[in-house]
Amino acid sequence: MGKVKPGPLARRPDNSAFKQQRLPAWSPMLTANTVLPFFYFMALICMLLGVWLLLTVQSTQELKLDYTEAGTCNLCFEKRKNVSNAARPCNCTVVFNIKKAFKGDVFFYYGLINFHQNLRRYMDSRDDAQMVGRKNNLKSPSSYCMPFDKNKNGVPIAPCGAVANSIFNDSFTLSYMASRGSVHVPLLRKGISWYTDKNIKYRNPSTENMTLPQVFEGTAPPLYWQKPVYELDPLDKNNNGFINDDLIVWMREAAFPNFKKLYGVLYRANKPFINGLPAGNYSVDISYNFPVQYFRGRKEVVLTTLTWFGGQNHFLPIAYLVTSCLILLIAILLTVFWFKFGKNGQNMEE
Amino acid sequence: MVTARKVKMTVPKDIPEKWFPLVLPLKRKKQKGLNGATSKKKRTEEERKVRANDREYNEKFQYASNCIMTSKYNIVTFLPVNLFEQFQEVANTYFLFLLILQLIPQISSLSWFTTIVPLALVLSITAVKDATDDYFRHKSDSQVNNRQSQVLIRGSLQNEKWMNVRVGDIIKLENNQFVAADLLLLSSSEPHGLCYIETAELDGESNMKVRQSVSVTSELGDQNNLASFDGEVVCEPPNNKLDRFCGTLYWRDKKYTLSNQNMLLRGCVLRNTEACYGLVIFAGPDTKLMQNSGRTKFKRTSIDRLMNTLVLWIFGFLVCMGVILAVGNAVWEREVGFLFQSYLPWDPPVDNFLFSAFLSFWSYVIILNTVVPISLYVSVEVIRLGHSYFINWDQQMFCSQCNTPAEARTTTLNEELGQVEYIFSDKTGTLTQNIMSFNKCSINGQTYGEGSDPLGPQPKRLDFTPFNPLADPDFCFYDDTLLEAVKVGDTHTHKFFRLLSLCHTVMSEEKSEGELLYKAQSPDEGALVTAARNFGFVFRSRTPGTITTTEMGRSVTYTLLAILDFNNIRKRMSVIVRNPEGRICLYCKGADTVLLERLHPCNQELMNITSDHLNEYAADGLRTLALAYRDLSEDEWEAWSERHRSAAKAASCREDRLAAAYEQIEQDMVLLGATAIEDKLQEGVPETIAVLSLANIKIWVLTGDKQETAVNIGYSCKMLTDDMTEVFIISGHTVQSVRQELRRARDRMIEMSRTRDGKEEGVEGCFMGNGFREGQGDSRGGERQLQCPPPPPSNLMDNISGEFALVINGHSLAHALEADMETEFVSTACACKAVICCRVTPLQKAQVVEMIKKHKKAVTLAIGDGANDVSMIKSAHIGVGISGQEGIQAVLASDYSFSQFRFLQRLLLVHGRWSYLRMCRFLCYFFYKNFAFTMVHFWFGFYCGFSAQTVYDQYFITLYNIVYTSLPVLAMGIFDQDVPDQRSLEYPKLYEPGQLNLLFNKREFFICIAQGIYTSVVLFFVPCAILSDATQSTGVPLADYQTFAVTTATALVIVVSVQIALDTGFWTVINHVFVWGSLGLYFSIMLALQSQTLFGIFPNQFHFVGSAQSTLLQPVVWLTIALATAICIVPVLAFRFLKVDLKPQLSDTVRYTQLVRQKKRKPAGRSVGGAWRGVGSVSEGRLGARGSSRRSGYAFAHTEGFGELITSGKNMRLSSLAMATFASRHSSSWIDTLRRKKHSHTNTPPSASGESSPAPSCVSGSIPPLSNSSSVLCGSQDAPIEEETGAAPDTQTASTSSTQNPPAPALASEAADGSAQTLNAGVLTPAALRSQGGDSPGGWTISLGAVQEALLRWKGRASASNSPVKLAE
Repeated sequence: MGKVKPGPLARRPDNSAFKQQRLPAWSPMLTANTVLPFFYFMALICMLLGVWLLLTVQSTQELKLDYTEAGTCNLCFEKRKNVSNAARPCNCTVVFNIKKAFKGDVFFYYGLINFHQNLRRYMDSRDDAQMVGRKNNLKSPSSYCMPFDKNKNGVPIAPCGAVANSIFNDSFTLSYMASRGSVHVPLLRKGISWYTDKNIKYRNPSTENMTLPQVFEGTAPPLYWQKPVYELDPLDKNNNGFINDDLIVWMREAAFPNFKKLYGVLYRANKPFINGLPAGNYSVDISYNFPVQYFRGRKEVVLTTLTWFGGQNHFLPIAYLVTSCLILLIAILLTVFWFKFGKNGQNMEE
Repeated sequence: MVTARKVKMTVPKDIPEKWFPLVLPLKRKKQKGLNGATSKKKRTEEERKVRANDREYNEKFQYASNCIMTSKYNIVTFLPVNLFEQFQEVANTYFLFLLILQLIPQISSLSWFTTIVPLALVLSITAVKDATDDYFRHKSDSQVNNRQSQVLIRGSLQNEKWMNVRVGDIIKLENNQFVAADLLLLSSSEPHGLCYIETAELDGESNMKVRQSVSVTSELGDQNNLASFDGEVVCEPPNNKLDRFCGTLYWRDKKYTLSNQNMLLRGCVLRNTEACYGLVIFAGPDTKLMQNSGRTKFKRTSIDRLMNTLVLWIFGFLVCMGVILAVGNAVWEREVGFLFQSYLPWDPPVDNFLFSAFLSFWSYVIILNTVVPISLYVSVEVIRLGHSYFINWDQQMFCSQCNTPAEARTTTLNEELGQVEYIFSDKTGTLTQNIMSFNKCSINGQTYGEGSDPLGPQPKRLDFTPFNPLADPDFCFYDDTLLEAVKVGDTHTHKFFRLLSLCHTVMSEEKSEGELLYKAQSPDEGALVTAARNFGFVFRSRTPGTITTTEMGRSVTYTLLAILDFNNIRKRMSVIVRNPEGRICLYCKGADTVLLERLHPCNQELMNITSDHLNEYAADGLRTLALAYRDLSEDEWEAWSERHRSAAKAASCREDRLAAAYEQIEQDMVLLGATAIEDKLQEGVPETIAVLSLANIKIWVLTGDKQETAVNIGYSCKMLTDDMTEVFIISGHTVQSVRQELRRARDRMIEMSRTRDGKEEGVEGCFMGNGFREGQGDSRGGERQLQCPPPPPSNLMDNISGEFALVINGHSLAHALEADMETEFVSTACACKAVICCRVTPLQKAQVVEMIKKHKKAVTLAIGDGANDVSMIKSAHIGVGISGQEGIQAVLASDYSFSQFRFLQRLLLVHGRWSYLRMCRFLCYFFYKNFAFTMVHFWFGFYCGFSAQTVYDQYFITLYNIVYTSLPVLAMGIFDQDVPDQRSLEYPKLYEPGQLNLLFNKREFFICIAQGIYTSVVLFFVPCAILSDATQSTGVPLADYQTFAVTTATALVIVVSVQIALDTGFWTVINHVFVWGSLGLYFSIMLALQSQTLFGIFPNQFHFVGSAQSTLLQPVVWLTIALATAICIVPVLAFRFLKVDLKPQLSDTVRYTQLVRQKKRKPAGRSVGGAWRGVGSVSEGRLGARGSSRRSGYAFAHTEGFGELITSGKNMRLSSLAMATFASRHSSSWIDTLRRKKHSHTNTPPSASGESSPAPSCVSGSIPPLSNSSSVLCGSQDAPIEEETGAAPDTQTASTSSTQNPPAPALASEAADGSAQTLNAGVLTPAALRSQGGDSPGGWTISLGAVQEALLRWKGRASASNSPVKLAE
């Protein structure tokens, strides 16, 4: 439209490439000399990646220890069946053996099986505003937290919601049974959460010279908790409240019902752990608090060394290898078809 | 003009008020009802009483005022009314329902905004569009309402706004003014109370009409008398019949009957009348113009219907998924959730697993609703709008002669253009230009005008001016021997042209010396008289008793003794004149069949020669006339004259007696020769028809013309050829005879095809449609299709090989359309390659279309230019209007309009094909991407306890359809091309997939769905398997929900982007920008939404904070995405490649050759795709074999009674009077019209006479030369064409820019083959009863847009009328 052109062609449409649908364009087409090389190339790439990943994964070591009913935990398991014993402490020990030394960094995970952190209502049942330190939400948690927003006396719960309420509260002490006697295996319990979680997503309410207990005054700990949120880590004052690493790790909900969460990393400053975990017998002392029998769950401890893409993750390399084989197969088939039956338009050519 | 155009752009005919034409016709009815209801609700007016000059009296009845309101809303009512309208759409309501569901916390699995954002977007887009439309309506309303008119109030004329005019007022109109309301004409400045109006805005007829006041009121004269006029009119209530009015005027105790002849209707323009007075009878909304502005029938494409079905299926699928997941939820809650209650107790209202499952069902309905995203409907509309704009913008469908671009008036039908199987075409004005040119003649056994040497150079157009200063410069003739013959004074030649200059009823007008303007009643006559004029026998002027000519520069005045007028039975006309020397002579011209019988038997030889010539001309598709004369002695004349007089005076059987008298004198005539007139085809018609029939489109010509004319045109536009096996003519008058004829034709067809098949199997490949021979063709393209075996003979009729044509007459058609004959007719007619129906009424045209629609289930397209085509245009799936000479009625009713028939091939083969392709690709991809997106939730359901947890972030769900994936698919839907436009014209076969509905059907849909589901499986399980064991390098596991969500979403976006990249066949800059832009947008929006800032403000809304950063930095995540993408895409790629490689479609092949060609030589710029543009009319070429069929047609489009008018002298007076008064204003054949109407309206209502009496048009210098030199008599072009096509394989690329490029003749053989197959597609259903009228609207209907346009054009006219001199337009 725009300006009016004079003369008999006044209403003539513009002769622009756009309006005449003549924009310069690239019309790709699936021809044999593009598709077939592409397939071979893809197969090659996948193959190389797969082999590399497989070799990498071979170097890792992993140990899984289901301690739900193992060793002396059997007793605790029975004890936890009874709800009335919920508050009573129970400790047990599980002994295990590492045949081949774990070289390098060793990571200590706890794992839960058949625990659904990914239920919609469970995931919604939290108040991020509270956990980022909003005072309003501290005292009046979001309705999403129901029924874990207030305790029986109407006191607001901090942190509220089903997620926080169900925090995994077993604790572990790993010991190496060296020839000289048992040695405590030091675990780093910090730096086990996402940077953004620790520094942005979870904040304690601003303290202004108040101590944490004062800040959390007027709130109640979640129902299943034995100690309030400000006393989660008795060893480190700065690891309490909402910024407690264990709490943060737990609050990052798992996508699937079987999951593991990081508990600690081997501290390798002293002998004999400088190179990782030496082979030998170990025992793990467990403060057995978390009941799993209600939902037919299992608990386990996982010790693993890592590659850059995770633990003993065999699926990834194998998937790549299989894919590469399939692509190769397809490529060969396509080549055969193309060679034998392909018309490819040549005979249509003028 | 600019504003008018703007309005037209923004207010298309049927404003696609149906953004969501989803489901059920139920509410359409409601809407239809609405229109009528408003007028009915108010009152049921049974009769109307109006008293002149008495406002108090008239106010009692509360008649509508003259204020019109076409707008729907005002500022206050806009929001509620518009929202109410929008929520009448099922789709909108559905999404509203979802929104409400989401507000229930127990159900809400998604935040409310995931639905409300898209819904609000859609609603607001529609609302903005509605508001814009309504704004323009308001504007034009107020413009119209505020026009000034002169109202007689208390004896004096006062200026009033239109809207203040009341029923019963007397208003004064001046020349060239629009009539403000429906008026009863009281008096006018012209004698006898006559006044002239132009009704083009009302009914589209461009000729002028006359209206006359009742004699008593016409005597009232001026305003003083009128002021005291107090007559009372009692008449019918407001209605929409434009051609009918009945009422009575009571005045001074007398009754006067009023008819339509006394009415001036709103929308008309007063012409050639100084002033007139009228009494307002109907005002504003009651006027016939407004009553006619009903909405047109809402058309819907087959893809639309399919889409709606599929959407319903998807809903069914959705419910199934919901049920499965709900059952899963029930089981899970019972087995696991029940035990898990200590960690997560059930929500308060939930007390058992069944209730939980019930809620879960609804939750999943919400989550999974994205399989039918709301954006589907918006996107489809946007794409169609884009396609419509491309049609409007197409320069190659712009006619520079008439300055009209093509226009898509409906924006919702584009893809149906790619599926057309039947075209119903009008003849006059559509195939032909309705311009006659004097082409050849035979004088005394000598033929002239033959192209001298077909191989020689282009003959030069004769220049008459040195020989004859009075010659018409636009006249084209190429044979100089005729001119020589005239110059040397050959007596026969002189007599020949003298006859032509005398024997006619043309009126002349001489504005200045030598500047003659002929006003002929039929274009044939005009052509003949103009020919005589150029050859030195110039008809100058006539009076009732004389004809003045200039013969070879010498002025001669003949005394006109008698005109023996033309009629359909006589098929001839004669004049008897006395020359200055006193010799009396009868000159006669007429159909050869009639005339040759009445010749003097003396010169049998001449008769034979001339007859041969006539055959020759007829074979070329020319309209022939034979000419003869007879010298009369004074006695003979006296005797006959006496007899004639008495016959003329006779009270009874006047007609018969006159005919007998004429018969008596028209005897023993001497043959002079014959003329051949070419009914000029529009440019490129034969080529277009050839291309279209190669594309397997059947073309039916439905015309009001006579059989001979229609058949002639059929031959000249190559629908019929002499190569045809047989042409059947059905012209029975009774049911039995028609049935018999049909059966005989069918038997014959079966028999012929059987013998054919037996004898010369496979030979039919050598005869191709429309007479192209294979020898001319190259071997390019698609022999493969030939190899596919013919379908098994299910029905004999489906297997007709060979070429047949059917010509059926109007009265036979009436019988054939009866319920029990219908199937028979359809099966016979559809086996023919060409069908011509002649003498068809407008209603029958619609019936034929309806019949095919019903029996063949094929997409039909009707194309026409006149008011008589409106019904056909409306009942066909697609209506195309030719914006030509015959007014705008057809255009107003049409869905597409342009000005040349040949643009049809571009509309169908290029735009239609592309639209269909794009829409199909769009739909396939759209369903795919949404299934891939949504089904991931389904798989996740099995891991999350069927708790309706979504996989993705809620923002991703909100934005996926409207931001992340909408633009690339829109770009594909709007811009994609598989082959360039020239190719689709060169290979009409490419059109076939659309007709067979191959690109998007239920099968394709399921393939898309399957692919989508496959993708969703991959997208869920691959990340699931990898991430559950993966950790960051710090040891933090990656199996958390947010990482999983981000990974899956990213993989999804990448996979669907790769998929659209695969689907896009035409990567323009826009595609690149959109595809890459969408990906970029995805990442930036995601990072923004998961940023610290937003989280700081709304921690509960943006709890994904930091996920994107942490996730996307992990190499393992990228490895996952890459793996998923590879697994998703590789099979698709392999499958596509195999398909192209092993079973290439024609389009693939064409595309491939294109690619190869491009590689061979660097593209020297894309050639302007004008292969078919400007193809000169080879129509008169001598391609067809001749001599085998004699088709001589007398092509007088005359109506009788004209001669009488001339001799009576009535029109002389009038015309000279008119000339004196209005010569400067307007000149057209208005007098003729007036006279004709006056004579014919007694027996034929004007509207019914539509086709049979074509509106006379001026064959005069004012018409621009529509054909260039190459278009007439270009027989010599023949050979070059053949050469070129023969060399086509080499020059293929180069020839795209050349004008002559016949459509790959080799393909023609396929077309012949394929057309037989298409026949099989139709199922011969037993005849079902069907009501005669059908729902084809027979009456006049003018769309709302038309009214607006009409009213707006007034402005332009009004200003134009100020210029003192306005020559003939």
